[in-house]
Amino acid sequence: MIESLSRNAARNIFFGGSLFFFAIFIGLTAHSHFYIVNESTDKEGLTASVARGKQVWEEHSCINCHTILGEGAYFAPELGNVWKRYGGEQSPEGARMALKTWIRMQPTGIEGRRQMPAFDISDEDLDALIDFLEWTSRIDTQGWPPTIAG
Amino acid sequence: MKYASQRVAYPFFIAAMALFLGQVLFGLVAGAIYFWPNFMAEIMPFHIVRMSHTNLLLVWLLIGFFGATYYLLPEEAETEIYSPKLAYLQLAIFVFAGAAALVSYQFGIHEGREFLEQPTWIKLLLTISFLMFLFNASMTLKKGRRTAISVVLLMGLWLAAIFWLFAFYNPSNLSLDKMYWWYVVHLWVEGVWGLIMASLLAYLLIRMTGVDREIIEKWLYVIVGLVLFSGLLGTGHHYYWIGTPGYWKPIGSFFSALEVLPLFTMVIFAFYMFWRGSRNHPNKSAVLWTLGCTVTAFFGAGVWGFMHTLSAVNYYSHGTQITAAHGHLAFYGAYVMLNLSIMAYALPQLRGKQPYNQILNMWSFWLMTGGMAFMTFTLTFAGIIQTHMQRVIGEQYMATQDYLQLFFGMRLGAGVVVCIGALLYVYAMLGPAREQLPAGPAHVAVGATS
Repeated sequence: MIESLSRNAARNIFFGGSLFFFAIFIGLTAHSHFYIVNESTDKEGLTASVARGKQVWEEHSCINCHTILGEGAYFAPELGNVWKRYGGEQSPEGARMALKTWIRMQPTGIEGRRQMPAFDISDEDLDALIDFLEWTSRIDTQGWPPTIAG
Repeated sequence: MKYASQRVAYPFFIAAMALFLGQVLFGLVAGAIYFWPNFMAEIMPFHIVRMSHTNLLLVWLLIGFFGATYYLLPEEAETEIYSPKLAYLQLAIFVFAGAAALVSYQFGIHEGREFLEQPTWIKLLLTISFLMFLFNASMTLKKGRRTAISVVLLMGLWLAAIFWLFAFYNPSNLSLDKMYWWYVVHLWVEGVWGLIMASLLAYLLIRMTGVDREIIEKWLYVIVGLVLFSGLLGTGHHYYWIGTPGYWKPIGSFFSALEVLPLFTMVIFAFYMFWRGSRNHPNKSAVLWTLGCTVTAFFGAGVWGFMHTLSAVNYYSHGTQITAAHGHLAFYGAYVMLNLSIMAYALPQLRGKQPYNQILNMWSFWLMTGGMAFMTFTLTFAGIIQTHMQRVIGEQYMATQDYLQLFFGMRLGAGVVVCIGALLYVYAMLGPAREQLPAGPAHVAVGATS
């Protein structure tokens, strides 16, 4: 098959085909952008505190141990649904307290258990971080993860 | 080596190898932390080790690509590099930026998106250096002969720089952030880096097999066509569960499954050209690396990628040790081995010697490749158990991890072997050159000039 194809024909197929698929890709991501902003994520709920929480998440590079929506390192639990796992949907105050206490307790120092470092996070920032995790738990993820374990 | 300015590549390769050793060392530490969780927990927590490991990888691979470009461009364009001085300056900036990132991480100074942890000013330095490189290479190409290899290579590098700009866009909406983050990460490694890989392979095959350029370049266009036809919409396999629309499940599954095709074609390409070629190239270790690169990339990126790319499978396996297994062998096979192939081919000529330390070099090939394969198998087994316990039965994450200890131990062992292989490679390449030629007629070795 390749014998009958000339180099120039192969080149034209490459350039033409790539442009074609790139155009489709751009079109679909443009639609996905619109879909994310208006459908799958909580537009009104994306408060200044949630945005600040995302910054706190990044400042401490949580993603280099944890996953969020399955992306990140695989060294520590998934946090995209941690709000639900801690029962935030039934008892928001209880979940917030539990999460804050857990983060403040680190490192546990338990021998043979993976250690989360102690992070110096103000109370306000910690609340923002938890707002961010709560907001994230409400993203429409097509039903992922399969179990509450994340 | 026909052109004096090809020498520009030499310091690039040395810098790349030094950072490569740093990368595997941090990998070893990360593997040790998995096995002994309290290891260095206070002085160097896991997240710092991991970002050092991944960032060193990206920086040294890019430096390797730059060096490879400077090495082959004069031969392809039949002219000297536009400005060797600019090349050295560009290298200095890139190495400084990479080192500055590494040092700042140890002090907890970093940004927080995976692989894009470099502080903004370092990202800017990397961008400036990258643009200087593109300017230099493009000016060289402009004044010389244009071949399919150099055009596809520079196209890949230009597009890589363009998509890199999405690293500066970080919206507050996590789903949007993730969607555009993949514009850098996926469109690099499963998109435009494929252009770089195919064109560098094509160059190596022309030089080492002696097959007509016409034929090699036709294969090159077919391969890069397959890379982008499958890889662009194949991005959809990252858009299943991050808040993107449901249509990405069929689209991503279909096109990312096709990503196996260009990888398989590269295997056929390399073996067929060596079979067809009349040249008996004396640099046997470079031949081994080149053939090994296509095969390992096919298994690591192709087979291990396909294993969990269909949305129905990925629903269970997403973000487990299966992903880690695939990531390791894919990067090693496709891009690490590609760089090591180019260096194994070019360094004897840069040092003005006949191919040397061939046996040692082949030892490093088998140690590293064997080690990486074993690491991938252990992580795959760990991932299967994790997927079953956590995603099917619903056991908690930390409880699941306790079942994986045995595999993490074996992975650490594999990591030690990889590190030994990497050290051997660098020693074989840069250490004292001893003549180690394969048995055979003397004229074979004499033909080593091209």
